[in-house]
Amino acid sequence: MIRPAGLGEQLRRSLAVARKDIRIYYVKGPVVIFGLLIPLFLFLAFSLGNRFASVPFLISGLLAMTVFFTATAVSPVIFPWETQARTLERLAAAPITVPALVFGDVLASFLFGALIALVPVGIGVALGVTITSPAALLAGILLAALCFASLGVLLAVPPARAPQNIMMLSSLIKFPLIFISGIFIPVESLPAWGRVLAAASPLTYFTDIARAAMGEANAYPVALDLAVLAAFSLLFLGAAMLLHARTLSKRL
Amino acid sequence: MSKAIEVHDLRKAYNGRTAVDGISFDVHSGEVFGFLGPNGAGKTTTVRMLTGIIAPDSGSIAILGHDIVQEPVRGKQAIGVVPETANAYDDLTAWQNLMLMADLYGLRRPAARRPAADLLEELGLADRRDQKVAGFSKGMRQRLILAMALLHDPQLLFLDEPTSGLDVQSTHLMLEILGERSRAGTTIFLTTHNMDEANRLCDRVGIIRAGRIAAIDSPERLKQAINRMFMIEVGFDRPVEAPVFAGLPGIDRVSKHGDTWRLETADTDAAIASVVAAARSSGARILSLSTLSPTLDEVYLRLTGGDA
Repeated sequence: MIRPAGLGEQLRRSLAVARKDIRIYYVKGPVVIFGLLIPLFLFLAFSLGNRFASVPFLISGLLAMTVFFTATAVSPVIFPWETQARTLERLAAAPITVPALVFGDVLASFLFGALIALVPVGIGVALGVTITSPAALLAGILLAALCFASLGVLLAVPPARAPQNIMMLSSLIKFPLIFISGIFIPVESLPAWGRVLAAASPLTYFTDIARAAMGEANAYPVALDLAVLAAFSLLFLGAAMLLHARTLSKRL
Repeated sequence: MSKAIEVHDLRKAYNGRTAVDGISFDVHSGEVFGFLGPNGAGKTTTVRMLTGIIAPDSGSIAILGHDIVQEPVRGKQAIGVVPETANAYDDLTAWQNLMLMADLYGLRRPAARRPAADLLEELGLADRRDQKVAGFSKGMRQRLILAMALLHDPQLLFLDEPTSGLDVQSTHLMLEILGERSRAGTTIFLTTHNMDEANRLCDRVGIIRAGRIAAIDSPERLKQAINRMFMIEVGFDRPVEAPVFAGLPGIDRVSKHGDTWRLETADTDAAIASVVAAARSSGARILSLSTLSPTLDEVYLRLTGGDA
Protein backbone atom coordinates (compact mmCIF):
# COMPACT_ATOMS: atom_id res chain seq x y z
CA MET A 1 0.00 0.00 0.00
CA ILE A 2 1.58 3.30 -1.06
CA ARG A 3 1.40 6.46 1.04
CA PRO A 4 0.90 9.03 -1.73
CA ALA A 5 1.55 12.04 0.50
CA GLY A 6 4.66 10.50 2.07
CA LEU A 7 8.03 12.13 1.45
CA GLY A 8 9.50 9.14 -0.39
CA GLU A 9 6.54 8.85 -2.72
CA GLN A 10 6.49 12.60 -3.43
CA LEU A 11 10.25 12.50 -4.18
CA ARG A 12 9.58 9.70 -6.65
CA ARG A 13 6.99 11.90 -8.34
CA SER A 14 9.48 14.81 -8.39
CA LEU A 15 11.83 12.52 -10.31
CA ALA A 16 9.04 11.84 -12.83
CA VAL A 17 8.59 15.60 -13.32
CA ALA A 18 12.37 16.02 -13.74
CA ARG A 19 12.47 13.20 -16.32
CA LYS A 20 9.63 14.85 -18.23
CA ASP A 21 11.39 18.25 -18.15
CA ILE A 22 14.64 16.75 -19.42
CA ARG A 23 12.83 14.96 -22.25
CA ILE A 24 10.85 18.00 -23.31
CA TYR A 25 12.54 21.24 -22.37
CA TYR A 26 16.26 20.56 -22.29
CA VAL A 27 16.39 19.59 -25.93
CA LYS A 28 14.97 22.98 -26.88
CA GLY A 29 17.12 25.91 -28.05
CA PRO A 30 17.49 28.02 -24.87
CA VAL A 31 19.78 25.54 -23.13
CA VAL A 32 22.32 25.61 -25.94
CA ILE A 33 21.95 29.34 -26.56
CA PHE A 34 21.92 30.56 -22.98
CA GLY A 35 23.99 27.81 -21.43
CA LEU A 36 26.92 27.58 -23.81
CA LEU A 37 26.91 30.19 -26.55
CA ILE A 38 26.38 33.32 -24.43
CA PRO A 39 29.05 32.39 -21.83
CA LEU A 40 31.40 31.47 -24.67
CA PHE A 41 30.91 34.80 -26.47
CA LEU A 42 31.25 36.76 -23.22
CA PHE A 43 34.37 34.73 -22.44
CA LEU A 44 35.90 35.36 -25.86
CA ALA A 45 35.11 39.10 -25.75
CA PHE A 46 36.56 39.38 -22.26
CA SER A 47 39.68 37.28 -22.90
CA LEU A 48 40.48 39.20 -26.10
CA GLY A 49 40.18 42.48 -24.18
CA ASN A 50 42.29 41.20 -21.26
CA ARG A 51 45.28 39.48 -22.77
CA PHE A 52 47.10 39.66 -19.44
CA ALA A 53 44.47 37.66 -17.51
CA SER A 54 45.65 34.14 -16.64
CA VAL A 55 44.05 31.05 -18.18
CA PRO A 56 42.79 29.74 -14.79
CA PHE A 57 41.18 33.17 -14.13
CA LEU A 58 39.41 33.07 -17.49
CA ILE A 59 38.36 29.41 -17.20
CA SER A 60 36.97 29.89 -13.69
CA GLY A 61 34.89 32.79 -15.04
CA LEU A 62 33.71 30.70 -17.98
CA LEU A 63 32.77 27.87 -15.61
CA ALA A 64 30.78 30.20 -13.36
CA MET A 65 28.91 31.74 -16.30
CA THR A 66 28.20 28.39 -17.95
CA VAL A 67 26.73 26.78 -14.82
CA PHE A 68 24.77 29.95 -14.03
CA PHE A 69 23.29 30.40 -17.50
CA THR A 70 22.52 26.71 -18.02
CA ALA A 71 20.84 26.19 -14.66
CA THR A 72 18.69 29.28 -15.20
CA ALA A 73 18.09 28.80 -18.95
CA VAL A 74 14.90 26.76 -18.86
CA SER A 75 13.80 26.71 -15.22
CA PRO A 76 12.10 30.15 -15.32
CA VAL A 77 9.97 29.29 -18.35
CA ILE A 78 8.74 25.77 -17.57
CA PHE A 79 5.66 27.01 -15.68
CA PRO A 80 4.68 29.59 -18.37
CA TRP A 81 5.33 27.02 -21.12
CA GLU A 82 3.12 24.48 -19.37
CA THR A 83 0.43 27.10 -18.81
CA GLN A 84 0.45 28.02 -22.49
CA ALA A 85 0.53 24.38 -23.67
CA ARG A 86 -2.38 23.59 -21.29
CA THR A 87 -0.48 20.76 -19.61
CA LEU A 88 -0.26 22.46 -16.22
CA GLU A 89 -3.86 21.70 -15.30
CA ARG A 90 -3.18 18.00 -15.88
CA LEU A 91 -0.23 18.21 -13.46
CA ALA A 92 -2.28 20.23 -10.98
CA ALA A 93 -4.92 17.47 -10.97
CA ALA A 94 -2.30 14.78 -10.24
CA PRO A 95 -1.52 13.66 -6.68
CA ILE A 96 1.72 15.61 -6.42
CA THR A 97 2.23 18.53 -4.06
CA VAL A 98 3.35 21.92 -5.39
CA PRO A 99 6.70 21.68 -3.50
CA ALA A 100 7.33 18.27 -5.13
CA LEU A 101 6.43 19.71 -8.54
CA VAL A 102 8.80 22.65 -7.99
CA PHE A 103 11.53 20.30 -6.76
CA GLY A 104 11.19 18.22 -9.93
CA ASP A 105 11.74 21.33 -12.08
CA VAL A 106 14.73 22.32 -9.92
CA LEU A 107 16.15 18.83 -10.17
CA ALA A 108 16.14 18.87 -13.99
CA SER A 109 17.89 22.25 -14.09
CA PHE A 110 20.34 21.13 -11.41
CA LEU A 111 21.35 18.09 -13.45
CA PHE A 112 21.94 20.13 -16.58
CA GLY A 113 23.79 22.88 -14.69
CA ALA A 114 26.05 20.33 -13.01
CA LEU A 115 26.70 18.29 -16.17
CA ILE A 116 27.44 21.31 -18.36
CA ALA A 117 30.31 22.16 -15.98
CA LEU A 118 32.25 19.32 -17.57
CA VAL A 119 32.61 21.43 -20.76
CA PRO A 120 34.48 24.46 -19.30
CA VAL A 121 36.40 22.25 -16.86
CA GLY A 122 37.43 20.03 -19.80
CA ILE A 123 38.47 23.10 -21.83
CA GLY A 124 40.52 24.31 -18.85
CA VAL A 125 42.26 20.99 -18.36
CA ALA A 126 43.00 20.87 -22.10
CA LEU A 127 44.54 24.35 -21.82
CA GLY A 128 46.78 23.19 -18.95
CA VAL A 129 44.78 24.42 -15.95
CA THR A 130 45.47 22.35 -12.81
CA ILE A 131 42.54 21.66 -10.49
CA THR A 132 44.19 22.03 -7.10
CA SER A 133 41.07 21.30 -5.02
CA PRO A 134 38.84 18.91 -6.96
CA ALA A 135 36.62 18.18 -3.93
CA ALA A 136 35.94 21.88 -3.32
CA LEU A 137 35.27 22.39 -7.03
CA LEU A 138 32.85 19.45 -7.17
CA ALA A 139 31.02 20.61 -4.04
CA GLY A 140 30.92 24.14 -5.46
CA ILE A 141 29.54 22.98 -8.81
CA LEU A 142 26.82 20.88 -7.15
CA LEU A 143 25.76 23.60 -4.73
CA ALA A 144 25.91 26.30 -7.40
CA ALA A 145 23.81 24.22 -9.81
CA LEU A 146 21.21 23.68 -7.05
CA CYS A 147 21.27 27.35 -6.08
CA PHE A 148 20.92 28.68 -9.65
CA ALA A 149 18.29 26.09 -10.60
CA SER A 150 16.25 27.16 -7.55
CA LEU A 151 16.71 30.81 -8.48
CA GLY A 152 15.48 30.03 -12.01
CA VAL A 153 12.29 28.36 -10.74
CA LEU A 154 11.79 31.22 -8.26
CA LEU A 155 11.88 33.70 -11.16
CA ALA A 156 8.86 31.89 -12.64
CA VAL A 157 6.64 32.78 -9.66
CA PRO A 158 4.78 35.73 -11.29
CA PRO A 159 1.82 33.95 -12.94
CA ALA A 160 2.61 35.16 -16.47
CA ARG A 161 1.19 33.03 -19.27
CA ALA A 162 3.64 34.19 -21.96
CA PRO A 163 7.12 32.64 -21.60
CA GLN A 164 8.74 35.72 -23.18
CA ASN A 165 7.57 37.91 -20.26
CA ILE A 166 9.40 35.70 -17.79
CA MET A 167 12.40 35.44 -20.15
CA MET A 168 12.63 39.23 -20.11
CA LEU A 169 12.33 39.40 -16.33
CA SER A 170 14.97 36.73 -15.81
CA SER A 171 17.38 38.40 -18.25
CA LEU A 172 16.96 41.66 -16.33
CA ILE A 173 18.12 39.87 -13.20
CA LYS A 174 20.67 37.45 -14.69
CA PHE A 175 22.85 39.76 -16.79
CA PRO A 176 23.59 42.37 -14.09
CA LEU A 177 24.62 39.50 -11.77
CA ILE A 178 27.37 38.52 -14.23
CA PHE A 179 28.97 41.93 -13.89
CA ILE A 180 28.88 42.20 -10.10
CA SER A 181 30.06 38.69 -9.25
CA GLY A 182 33.80 38.93 -9.78
CA ILE A 183 33.78 37.11 -13.11
CA PHE A 184 35.40 39.88 -15.15
CA ILE A 185 36.93 41.92 -12.31
CA PRO A 186 38.10 40.14 -9.13
CA VAL A 187 36.01 41.02 -6.07
CA GLU A 188 39.11 42.24 -4.21
CA SER A 189 39.72 44.79 -7.02
CA LEU A 190 36.20 46.25 -6.81
CA PRO A 191 35.45 49.54 -5.01
CA ALA A 192 33.76 49.28 -1.60
CA TRP A 193 30.21 49.61 -3.01
CA GLY A 194 31.06 46.99 -5.64
CA ARG A 195 32.20 44.56 -2.93
CA VAL A 196 28.90 45.04 -1.09
CA LEU A 197 26.97 44.31 -4.30
CA ALA A 198 29.18 41.31 -5.02
CA ALA A 199 28.50 39.90 -1.55
CA ALA A 200 24.76 39.94 -2.32
CA SER A 201 25.16 37.76 -5.44
CA PRO A 202 25.29 33.95 -5.07
CA LEU A 203 27.34 33.82 -8.28
CA THR A 204 30.20 35.60 -6.48
CA TYR A 205 30.70 32.66 -4.13
CA PHE A 206 30.79 30.06 -6.87
CA THR A 207 33.25 32.15 -8.92
CA ASP A 208 35.35 32.43 -5.76
CA ILE A 209 35.33 28.64 -5.23
CA ALA A 210 36.27 28.07 -8.89
CA ARG A 211 39.18 30.53 -8.58
CA ALA A 212 40.45 28.86 -5.41
CA ALA A 213 40.09 25.36 -6.92
CA MET A 214 42.14 26.42 -9.95
CA GLY A 215 44.95 27.91 -7.85
CA GLU A 216 43.94 31.55 -8.34
CA ALA A 217 43.63 34.27 -5.67
CA ASN A 218 40.16 34.38 -4.15
CA ALA A 219 38.22 36.75 -1.89
CA TYR A 220 36.61 34.56 0.81
CA PRO A 221 37.44 31.30 2.62
CA VAL A 222 36.08 28.35 0.57
CA ALA A 223 34.12 27.03 3.58
CA LEU A 224 32.33 30.37 3.77
CA ASP A 225 31.65 30.30 0.03
CA LEU A 226 30.09 26.83 0.35
CA ALA A 227 28.04 27.83 3.40
CA VAL A 228 26.67 30.96 1.71
CA LEU A 229 25.85 29.03 -1.48
CA ALA A 230 24.00 26.44 0.65
CA ALA A 231 22.09 29.20 2.43
CA PHE A 232 21.11 30.86 -0.87
CA SER A 233 20.01 27.45 -2.22
CA LEU A 234 17.73 26.83 0.76
CA LEU A 235 16.34 30.35 0.58
CA PHE A 236 15.58 30.21 -3.16
CA LEU A 237 14.20 26.66 -3.03
CA GLY A 238 12.02 27.35 0.01
CA ALA A 239 10.73 30.61 -1.46
CA ALA A 240 10.01 28.96 -4.83
CA MET A 241 8.02 26.14 -3.16
CA LEU A 242 6.06 28.53 -0.96
CA LEU A 243 5.31 31.16 -3.60
CA HIS A 244 4.42 28.74 -6.40
CA ALA A 245 1.88 27.11 -4.08
CA ARG A 246 0.23 30.54 -3.87
CA THR A 247 0.34 31.46 -7.53
CA LEU A 248 -0.26 28.12 -9.28
CA SER A 249 -4.06 28.40 -9.30
CA LYS A 250 -3.82 31.90 -10.83
CA ARG A 251 -2.26 30.39 -13.94
CA LEU A 252 -5.15 28.04 -14.64
CA MET B 1 -25.92 4.07 -0.32
CA SER B 2 -22.39 5.40 0.29
CA LYS B 3 -21.37 8.77 -1.06
CA ALA B 4 -18.48 9.30 -3.45
CA ILE B 5 -18.75 13.10 -3.33
CA GLU B 6 -20.18 15.25 -0.56
CA VAL B 7 -20.30 18.98 -1.18
CA HIS B 8 -21.56 21.41 1.41
CA ASP B 9 -22.12 25.16 1.00
CA LEU B 10 -19.31 25.58 -1.51
CA ARG B 11 -18.39 29.13 -2.51
CA LYS B 12 -15.84 30.71 -4.83
CA ALA B 13 -15.45 34.28 -6.07
CA TYR B 14 -12.96 35.79 -8.52
CA ASN B 15 -12.15 39.48 -8.10
CA GLY B 16 -15.40 40.08 -6.27
CA ARG B 17 -17.51 38.21 -8.87
CA THR B 18 -19.28 35.17 -7.43
CA ALA B 19 -18.62 32.08 -9.54
CA VAL B 20 -20.07 29.46 -7.19
CA ASP B 21 -22.62 30.58 -4.62
CA GLY B 22 -23.13 28.15 -1.77
CA ILE B 23 -23.87 24.90 -3.58
CA SER B 24 -24.47 21.61 -1.77
CA PHE B 25 -25.01 18.16 -3.26
CA ASP B 26 -23.98 14.52 -2.98
CA VAL B 27 -22.98 11.99 -5.62
CA HIS B 28 -23.62 8.35 -4.73
CA SER B 29 -21.02 5.66 -5.24
CA GLY B 30 -21.39 3.92 -8.57
CA GLU B 31 -23.69 6.48 -10.19
CA VAL B 32 -23.15 8.58 -13.28
CA PHE B 33 -23.83 12.16 -12.29
CA GLY B 34 -24.26 14.79 -15.00
CA PHE B 35 -23.42 18.37 -14.21
CA LEU B 36 -25.12 20.72 -16.62
CA GLY B 37 -25.30 24.46 -17.00
CA PRO B 38 -24.75 27.29 -19.46
CA ASN B 39 -21.33 28.84 -20.05
CA GLY B 40 -20.21 30.90 -17.07
CA ALA B 41 -22.65 29.17 -14.70
CA GLY B 42 -19.82 27.86 -12.50
CA LYS B 43 -19.42 24.30 -13.83
CA THR B 44 -15.68 24.33 -14.48
CA THR B 45 -14.96 26.26 -11.27
CA THR B 46 -16.93 23.62 -9.36
CA VAL B 47 -15.09 20.74 -11.04
CA ARG B 48 -11.73 22.40 -10.38
CA MET B 49 -12.61 22.72 -6.69
CA LEU B 50 -13.86 19.12 -6.51
CA THR B 51 -10.65 17.84 -8.11
CA GLY B 52 -8.41 19.89 -5.80
CA ILE B 53 -7.02 22.09 -8.58
CA ILE B 54 -8.24 25.28 -6.93
CA ALA B 55 -9.23 25.90 -3.33
CA PRO B 56 -12.75 27.03 -2.42
CA ASP B 57 -13.27 30.28 -0.50
CA SER B 58 -15.50 28.37 1.94
CA GLY B 59 -17.51 25.19 2.25
CA SER B 60 -16.44 21.57 2.38
CA ILE B 61 -15.73 18.85 -0.17
CA ALA B 62 -15.29 15.18 0.69
CA ILE B 63 -14.02 13.01 -2.14
CA LEU B 64 -14.32 9.30 -1.30
CA GLY B 65 -14.16 10.31 2.35
CA HIS B 66 -11.11 12.59 1.97
CA ASP B 67 -11.36 16.30 2.56
CA ILE B 68 -9.89 17.55 -0.72
CA VAL B 69 -8.68 20.80 0.88
CA GLN B 70 -7.01 19.18 3.88
CA GLU B 71 -5.82 16.00 2.14
CA PRO B 72 -5.44 16.97 -1.51
CA VAL B 73 -2.91 14.27 -2.40
CA ARG B 74 -4.97 11.40 -0.95
CA GLY B 75 -8.11 12.73 -2.59
CA LYS B 76 -6.43 13.17 -5.99
CA GLN B 77 -4.85 9.73 -5.74
CA ALA B 78 -8.29 8.10 -5.77
CA ILE B 79 -9.74 10.03 -8.71
CA GLY B 80 -9.15 10.26 -12.44
CA VAL B 81 -9.56 13.61 -14.16
CA VAL B 82 -10.19 14.64 -17.75
CA PRO B 83 -9.99 18.44 -17.37
CA GLU B 84 -11.78 20.68 -19.86
CA THR B 85 -8.76 22.56 -21.13
CA ALA B 86 -5.90 20.17 -20.42
CA ASN B 87 -3.64 18.68 -22.99
CA ALA B 88 -1.20 15.80 -23.19
CA TYR B 89 2.48 16.64 -23.74
CA ASP B 90 3.01 17.24 -27.46
CA ASP B 91 6.72 16.43 -27.31
CA LEU B 92 6.17 13.07 -25.64
CA THR B 93 4.80 9.95 -27.28
CA ALA B 94 1.46 8.47 -26.23
CA TRP B 95 3.34 5.82 -24.25
CA GLN B 96 5.60 8.36 -22.53
CA ASN B 97 2.55 10.41 -21.54
CA LEU B 98 0.99 7.32 -20.01
CA MET B 99 4.19 6.38 -18.17
CA LEU B 100 4.42 9.94 -16.80
CA MET B 101 0.93 9.49 -15.38
CA ALA B 102 1.93 6.09 -13.97
CA ASP B 103 4.83 7.76 -12.14
CA LEU B 104 2.71 10.68 -10.93
CA TYR B 105 0.08 8.29 -9.53
CA GLY B 106 2.67 6.08 -7.88
CA LEU B 107 2.21 3.04 -10.14
CA ARG B 108 5.31 0.93 -10.48
CA ARG B 109 6.37 0.63 -14.11
CA PRO B 110 6.00 -3.17 -14.46
CA ALA B 111 2.47 -2.95 -13.05
CA ALA B 112 1.57 0.01 -15.29
CA ARG B 113 2.69 -1.44 -18.63
CA ARG B 114 -0.15 -3.95 -19.04
CA PRO B 115 -3.06 -1.57 -18.27
CA ALA B 116 -1.39 1.14 -20.40
CA ALA B 117 -1.14 -1.20 -23.38
CA ASP B 118 -4.73 -2.40 -22.83
CA LEU B 119 -6.06 1.17 -22.67
CA LEU B 120 -4.26 2.16 -25.88
CA GLU B 121 -5.77 -0.89 -27.54
CA GLU B 122 -9.24 -0.18 -26.16
CA LEU B 123 -9.10 3.44 -27.27
CA GLY B 124 -7.81 2.68 -30.74
CA LEU B 125 -4.36 4.18 -30.19
CA ALA B 126 -2.21 1.03 -30.06
CA ASP B 127 -0.61 1.70 -33.44
CA ARG B 128 0.21 5.28 -32.37
CA ARG B 129 1.83 4.32 -29.08
CA ASP B 130 5.34 5.48 -30.01
CA GLN B 131 4.32 8.58 -31.97
CA LYS B 132 4.58 12.06 -30.52
CA VAL B 133 1.25 13.59 -29.53
CA ALA B 134 2.04 16.67 -31.65
CA GLY B 135 0.81 14.74 -34.71
CA PHE B 136 -2.46 13.56 -33.09
CA SER B 137 -5.93 14.76 -34.11
CA LYS B 138 -8.20 16.29 -31.46
CA GLY B 139 -10.11 13.05 -31.09
CA MET B 140 -6.91 11.04 -30.61
CA ARG B 141 -5.62 13.53 -28.04
CA GLN B 142 -8.87 13.37 -26.08
CA ARG B 143 -8.83 9.57 -26.15
CA LEU B 144 -5.26 9.64 -24.86
CA ILE B 145 -6.25 12.03 -22.07
CA LEU B 146 -9.02 9.62 -21.11
CA ALA B 147 -6.49 6.77 -21.08
CA MET B 148 -4.21 8.90 -18.86
CA ALA B 149 -7.12 9.45 -16.45
CA LEU B 150 -8.04 5.75 -16.35
CA LEU B 151 -4.55 4.26 -16.03
CA HIS B 152 -4.56 4.01 -12.23
CA ASP B 153 -8.08 2.54 -12.28
CA PRO B 154 -9.75 5.31 -10.24
CA GLN B 155 -12.91 4.72 -8.23
CA LEU B 156 -14.19 8.14 -9.24
CA LEU B 157 -13.79 9.77 -12.62
CA PHE B 158 -14.29 13.47 -13.39
CA LEU B 159 -14.81 14.47 -17.00
CA ASP B 160 -15.24 18.11 -18.00
CA GLU B 161 -16.79 18.35 -21.49
CA PRO B 162 -15.00 15.17 -22.63
CA THR B 163 -16.62 14.94 -26.06
CA SER B 164 -16.78 18.64 -26.90
CA GLY B 165 -15.78 19.16 -30.55
CA LEU B 166 -14.96 15.49 -31.15
CA ASP B 167 -15.72 13.45 -34.25
CA VAL B 168 -18.51 10.87 -34.09
CA GLN B 169 -16.13 7.90 -33.90
CA SER B 170 -14.13 9.29 -30.96
CA THR B 171 -17.32 10.36 -29.15
CA HIS B 172 -18.87 6.92 -29.61
CA LEU B 173 -15.71 5.16 -28.40
CA MET B 174 -15.38 7.39 -25.35
CA LEU B 175 -19.01 7.02 -24.35
CA GLU B 176 -18.80 3.26 -24.79
CA ILE B 177 -15.81 3.12 -22.44
CA LEU B 178 -17.52 5.35 -19.90
CA GLY B 179 -20.53 3.05 -20.02
CA GLU B 180 -18.30 0.02 -19.41
CA ARG B 181 -16.54 1.72 -16.50
CA SER B 182 -19.87 2.70 -15.02
CA ARG B 183 -21.15 -0.89 -15.23
CA ALA B 184 -17.94 -2.00 -13.51
CA GLY B 185 -18.78 0.28 -10.56
CA THR B 186 -16.78 3.45 -11.25
CA THR B 187 -18.52 6.63 -10.13
CA ILE B 188 -18.58 9.19 -12.94
CA PHE B 189 -19.00 12.95 -12.61
CA LEU B 190 -19.68 14.24 -16.10
CA THR B 191 -19.85 17.89 -17.05
CA THR B 192 -21.43 18.31 -20.44
CA HIS B 193 -23.38 20.58 -22.75
CA ASN B 194 -24.67 17.59 -24.65
CA MET B 195 -28.18 16.80 -23.42
CA ASP B 196 -28.41 13.59 -25.41
CA GLU B 197 -25.19 12.39 -23.74
CA ALA B 198 -26.51 13.32 -20.29
CA ASN B 199 -29.86 11.67 -20.99
CA ARG B 200 -28.27 8.43 -22.15
CA LEU B 201 -25.50 8.13 -19.56
CA CYS B 202 -26.58 9.81 -16.35
CA ASP B 203 -28.46 8.31 -13.42
CA ARG B 204 -28.96 11.82 -12.04
CA VAL B 205 -28.21 15.29 -13.29
CA GLY B 206 -27.55 18.52 -11.43
CA ILE B 207 -28.26 21.77 -13.22
CA ILE B 208 -26.28 24.83 -12.16
CA ARG B 209 -27.34 28.35 -13.01
CA ALA B 210 -25.50 31.54 -11.99
CA GLY B 211 -23.44 29.65 -9.42
CA ARG B 212 -26.42 27.97 -7.76
CA ILE B 213 -27.96 24.53 -8.12
CA ALA B 214 -31.27 24.92 -9.97
CA ALA B 215 -32.29 21.24 -9.82
CA ILE B 216 -30.95 17.75 -9.08
CA ASP B 217 -32.80 14.60 -10.03
CA SER B 218 -32.92 11.75 -12.53
CA PRO B 219 -33.43 12.89 -16.14
CA GLU B 220 -36.89 11.25 -16.28
CA ARG B 221 -38.11 12.85 -13.07
CA LEU B 222 -36.84 16.22 -14.18
CA LYS B 223 -38.75 15.88 -17.42
CA GLN B 224 -41.92 14.93 -15.56
CA ALA B 225 -41.45 17.83 -13.19
CA ILE B 226 -41.93 20.29 -15.99
CA ASN B 227 -45.57 21.26 -15.88
CA ARG B 228 -46.43 21.35 -19.55
CA MET B 229 -48.72 19.91 -22.17
CA PHE B 230 -47.88 16.57 -23.77
CA MET B 231 -47.54 16.05 -27.49
CA ILE B 232 -48.89 13.23 -29.62
CA GLU B 233 -47.41 12.71 -33.04
CA VAL B 234 -49.57 10.82 -35.52
CA GLY B 235 -49.12 9.82 -39.16
CA PHE B 236 -51.84 8.56 -41.57
CA ASP B 237 -51.82 6.53 -44.79
CA ARG B 238 -53.44 9.39 -46.71
CA PRO B 239 -53.56 13.17 -46.45
CA VAL B 240 -55.75 14.35 -43.58
CA GLU B 241 -56.78 17.97 -43.16
CA ALA B 242 -56.77 19.99 -39.95
CA PRO B 243 -60.59 20.28 -39.62
CA VAL B 244 -60.70 16.52 -38.95
CA PHE B 245 -59.26 17.24 -35.48
CA ALA B 246 -61.37 20.33 -34.81
CA GLY B 247 -63.33 20.15 -31.60
CA LEU B 248 -62.22 16.62 -30.71
CA PRO B 249 -62.20 15.92 -26.96
CA GLY B 250 -58.75 16.22 -25.28
CA ILE B 251 -57.03 17.99 -28.20
CA ASP B 252 -56.05 21.58 -27.51
CA ARG B 253 -53.88 22.52 -30.47
CA VAL B 254 -52.84 21.00 -33.79
CA SER B 255 -49.85 21.62 -36.02
CA LYS B 256 -48.45 19.87 -39.12
CA HIS B 257 -44.85 18.66 -39.21
CA GLY B 258 -43.93 17.15 -42.58
CA ASP B 259 -46.40 14.35 -43.21
CA THR B 260 -47.33 13.97 -39.53
CA TRP B 261 -49.56 15.91 -37.18
CA ARG B 262 -48.63 17.06 -33.69
CA LEU B 263 -51.49 17.34 -31.26
CA GLU B 264 -51.06 19.16 -27.97
CA THR B 265 -53.01 17.75 -25.06
CA ALA B 266 -53.29 17.77 -21.32
CA ASP B 267 -55.07 14.39 -21.38
CA THR B 268 -53.14 11.85 -23.41
CA ASP B 269 -55.72 9.06 -23.04
CA ALA B 270 -58.62 11.17 -24.28
CA ALA B 271 -56.59 12.59 -27.15
CA ILE B 272 -55.53 9.16 -28.41
CA ALA B 273 -59.12 7.89 -28.29
CA SER B 274 -60.23 10.97 -30.27
CA VAL B 275 -57.55 10.50 -32.91
CA VAL B 276 -58.45 6.83 -33.39
CA ALA B 277 -62.14 7.76 -33.71
CA ALA B 278 -61.36 10.58 -36.16
CA ALA B 279 -59.25 8.23 -38.30
CA ARG B 280 -62.06 5.67 -38.44
CA SER B 281 -64.70 8.23 -39.38
CA SER B 282 -62.54 9.77 -42.14
CA GLY B 283 -61.49 6.40 -43.54
CA ALA B 284 -57.79 6.94 -42.88
CA ARG B 285 -55.48 4.33 -41.32
CA ILE B 286 -53.02 5.30 -38.59
CA LEU B 287 -49.48 4.43 -39.68
CA SER B 288 -47.65 5.74 -36.59
CA LEU B 289 -48.61 7.20 -33.24
CA SER B 290 -46.23 8.28 -30.50
CA THR B 291 -46.34 10.43 -27.41
CA LEU B 292 -43.60 13.02 -27.10
CA SER B 293 -42.57 13.75 -23.52
CA PRO B 294 -40.48 16.81 -22.68
CA THR B 295 -36.81 16.39 -23.57
CA LEU B 296 -33.92 17.05 -21.23
CA ASP B 297 -33.10 20.01 -23.48
CA GLU B 298 -36.46 21.55 -22.61
CA VAL B 299 -35.90 20.90 -18.90
CA TYR B 300 -32.45 22.44 -19.16
CA LEU B 301 -33.66 25.49 -21.06
CA ARG B 302 -36.54 26.00 -18.65
CA LEU B 303 -34.31 25.73 -15.58
CA THR B 304 -31.45 27.81 -16.93
CA GLY B 305 -33.66 30.65 -18.06
CA GLY B 306 -34.08 29.81 -21.75
CA ASP B 307 -37.46 29.30 -23.36
CA ALA B 308 -38.60 25.74 -23.78
